[in-house]
Amino acid sequence: MTTVSRPILDRGRAYEDKQESQLLVVLRRFRRHKLAVISTILILFIFGVSLLAPLLAPFGRDAIDLTSPVRPAPPGTHDMAGQIHLLGIDQLGRDLFTRLLYAARVSMSIAILVVLISETFGMLLGAVAGYFGGIVDTIISRVIEFMLTIPTLPILLIISAILLRRDVVIPLPGFINRLLSGLLLAPEREAQKVVVLVLILVVFGWLGAARLMRGMALSLSKQDFVEALRAAGASDARIIFRHIIPNGLAPILVDASLALGGVIVTESALSFLGLGVQDPTPTWGNMLSTSQSYMFQHPWLPLVPGIPLVIVSIGFNFIGDGLRDALDPRLKR
Amino acid sequence: MFEQPSERPNLLEVVDLKKHFPIKRGFLFEKEVGAVKAVDGVSFFIREGETLGLVGESGCGKTTIGRLILRAHNPTAGQVWFQDRRMGRVDVARLDEGELRELRQNMQLIFQDPYSSLNPRMTLLEIVGEPLRNHGLAKGNELKARVAELLKVVGLRPEYMTRYPHAFSGGQRQRIGVARALALHPQLVVCDEPVSALDVSVQAQILNLLQALQGEFGLTYLFISHDLSVVEHISDRVAVMYVGKLVESAATTDLFLTPRHPYTEALLSSVPKPDPRIRTEAVPLTGEVADPAHPPSGCYFHPRCKYRIDRCVVEEPMLRPIADAGASASDHFVSCHRAEELRLLGVAGLA
Repeated sequence: MTTVSRPILDRGRAYEDKQESQLLVVLRRFRRHKLAVISTILILFIFGVSLLAPLLAPFGRDAIDLTSPVRPAPPGTHDMAGQIHLLGIDQLGRDLFTRLLYAARVSMSIAILVVLISETFGMLLGAVAGYFGGIVDTIISRVIEFMLTIPTLPILLIISAILLRRDVVIPLPGFINRLLSGLLLAPEREAQKVVVLVLILVVFGWLGAARLMRGMALSLSKQDFVEALRAAGASDARIIFRHIIPNGLAPILVDASLALGGVIVTESALSFLGLGVQDPTPTWGNMLSTSQSYMFQHPWLPLVPGIPLVIVSIGFNFIGDGLRDALDPRLKR
Repeated sequence: MFEQPSERPNLLEVVDLKKHFPIKRGFLFEKEVGAVKAVDGVSFFIREGETLGLVGESGCGKTTIGRLILRAHNPTAGQVWFQDRRMGRVDVARLDEGELRELRQNMQLIFQDPYSSLNPRMTLLEIVGEPLRNHGLAKGNELKARVAELLKVVGLRPEYMTRYPHAFSGGQRQRIGVARALALHPQLVVCDEPVSALDVSVQAQILNLLQALQGEFGLTYLFISHDLSVVEHISDRVAVMYVGKLVESAATTDLFLTPRHPYTEALLSSVPKPDPRIRTEAVPLTGEVADPAHPPSGCYFHPRCKYRIDRCVVEEPMLRPIADAGASASDHFVSCHRAEELRLLGVAGLA
């Protein structure tokens, strides 16, 4: 910069004084990714519907329509009172539309809980490992690598078989139980079993986030600004929470949105195998699972939970892609 | 440069400072198979209010010395005596965590790379205010006022404080780094190649800023650089390093006019002269820089030295005072067996 051009440059900057916040920049770039935007809208819609499930559902979650002559019955069947079963009824006579709404609530809640807990946990451990290095890093990294070598699905099957079949209940304070049962719109006993599933998924869910954050923390902590922070008297905790984690957050966000789709599928797979959430708590997975016995006579049955399942899992992947592009600092703004 | 600052007390005394980085081999059962002697027995002092330039080629341990003084690395051996404003004379190498925190209010660092030294997700207010906040010296509006003042001092507009570092040029970023270093009113500022990442025109601005601030706040600088003309411009005294050791130190003019160590002579002759008509006798250096993991015997410089005698190969020279023609004898130190007999070429007026 020469002395001549300096005033001009400064005047140019003056206009820029109201800088776009970084969030706005990311949002603007995210909007360019059409599939991601469509996915966001669809998922928000499903999310909203699941939030309003008790209001939108025409029937009770477990209410059985005894009047119907055939079970399962196809979409459009009416009950005695003349109320329509939008998506038909299942083999027990329960309204599928109603159960789909409740299942959305359960499946989405599980996914969000698992991802929230595991990404946070992984992020913290990864940041600690990368920042402190040395023996701390060695221990955490070896644990992660060890866990990555374990084939996930068989282990999940074994653990869930032991915990869920044996009616193991994790002791939690009452208010958390009530909170969960409100969240899942299910009685506390059912909610407690969901907690077991959530924990099982968390145990294997934090590895990716931890490795991502470890890498970020490793490279960030070698940068001069971290040394400047130490010279400025910042504590290790402050450096990790205020400086390392915010700088390494972008890949974690992408990972989280991809993980949301993955967890929904994994939960469905477990439930499908009869080892996840048990009937009568509806999830997309156990709805699929029960429908498989009837799918050749009643082909719409697997489609009812299958279509939203596919939309949500693909949708989260598109959102992840969109976020990755939007958060990439190398791209032009 | 015109006054004799020798009456001023020493702010920092480094005594026989060593830093060896171990080289490890093997998995699980690591073995130490050697050590990189990044800093190997360095002693020097800095007087209050002066600027000591520390020069040497890349990898000679300049930066490590800066980090050791601030205890970003723990020294392997040696002492770093610092005359702290509050704690009195302390050995930095032996302070505990709490005392280090205290000490770092009085010792700050300016970095070479103005990009990686600023957190890209923090505004100037947060970056410059961080030291004040961490030491509980200011918050809220008072913090803003202090940051605004600091920005003004380094020649930036206070309105800039809501912006992020990416909105600034390299020179401006370096000013931000200076403002952050000054936030706690330190006694000593270690400048680690503060201008070598900048354009020449901007270099001058930053150097002048550093000099102005030194006068205003009574700062003492340890100025680490590989650029001799920059060092000549800013330093009161200069110390020259070669492979982890100090080979010569003297008042700036003495060192540039009458170098006493062959390595200093070679360094000086390597500086390009702005006048193409001047023909100088270049003293080209042959051979490679010695490997600090396997330094040569005797004088580390002997394999490249054209004045080498047999004694240099066997016996390691000590840093010792040597008398200069006009100046006080105590200020020129050199570690060369032949310092008295050699007539070495200096340069006059680089910058």
